[in-house]
Amino acid sequence: MKLSPDETVFWQYGFVVINATLIWTWIIMIVLVIGAKLITRKLKTGLHISRWQCFLEMIVTGIIKQIKDVGLKDPEKYIGFLGTLFLFIVTCNICIIFPFYEPPTSSLSTTTALAISVFIAVPFYGILAGGLGGYLKSYLKPSFIMLPFNIIGEFSRTLALAVRLFGNIMSGGVIVSVLLSITPFIFPIVMNVLGLLTGVVQAYIFSILATVYIAAATTESKKTKKVTIKLKTNKK
Amino acid sequence: MDSKTIIAAVSIMTAGLTITVGVIGPALGQGKAIANALTSIAQQPDAEQTITRTLFVGLAMLESLAIYCFVISMILIFANPFTK
Repeated sequence: MKLSPDETVFWQYGFVVINATLIWTWIIMIVLVIGAKLITRKLKTGLHISRWQCFLEMIVTGIIKQIKDVGLKDPEKYIGFLGTLFLFIVTCNICIIFPFYEPPTSSLSTTTALAISVFIAVPFYGILAGGLGGYLKSYLKPSFIMLPFNIIGEFSRTLALAVRLFGNIMSGGVIVSVLLSITPFIFPIVMNVLGLLTGVVQAYIFSILATVYIAAATTESKKTKKVTIKLKTNKK
Repeated sequence: MDSKTIIAAVSIMTAGLTITVGVIGPALGQGKAIANALTSIAQQPDAEQTITRTLFVGLAMLESLAIYCFVISMILIFANPFTK
């Protein structure tokens, strides 16, 4: 039994390996990029817009609303990163309805890469919002005793992000392949439907957690700025 | 019994034990979270959206604990480093 698409190797030379994970990741990336390019080729304003433009607008406004609900002030700044994360993971997980497809998110390398990109994006947006000093000060909240725990938390949540997505998607595949050997007729299809549900929920949770982390970093580092501004306005 | 068989037997038993013990805590936690969320939705139906979103995020956090146990038991059974 295969645990992850990493084990399906198509071509290998030294340490350069081309496996199913890479192939499917690239196929999904190409489909997403070309699809977005085709849809946004002739955008229209007005009442009569094309079907696909309406679909894309629904997705984008939905993501913007979700980001705003979490507490980030101007979502347009973050949608490039968070929206791409969500769309990529959702496409990866939904495509399990196609035969012979293996979701790249059921490989630990893909999910680790996604988690590391979140790990880098959090300080990036934090520094962008509150400056380097403001961001570093957020590690000393609520008091300096919490400094080591804040740093450990930074790493452990990255690990948790990666293993959570990997475990959920991988377990779906493993359950289906176990059931195929026990009751091969209808039950695997039911579990596949459940896999679709958990796939969408996990994609939502991955991106909402990334949003929450970024929101925490930006608002924490902004707080020090706001207090000084408030003091100034009080003096007037 | 040679050492390989012992390792395999212990791994299989530990895998079962891992998932059995590891699921108890998240199950209790998820039950409590859902019960509290239902109570608060019944009290304040207006806040349903926020509660549902927070509930889902929290449930996924709790579920990931059980998933860690599952991943470890899968590693013990299918990708055990000591049997290779």
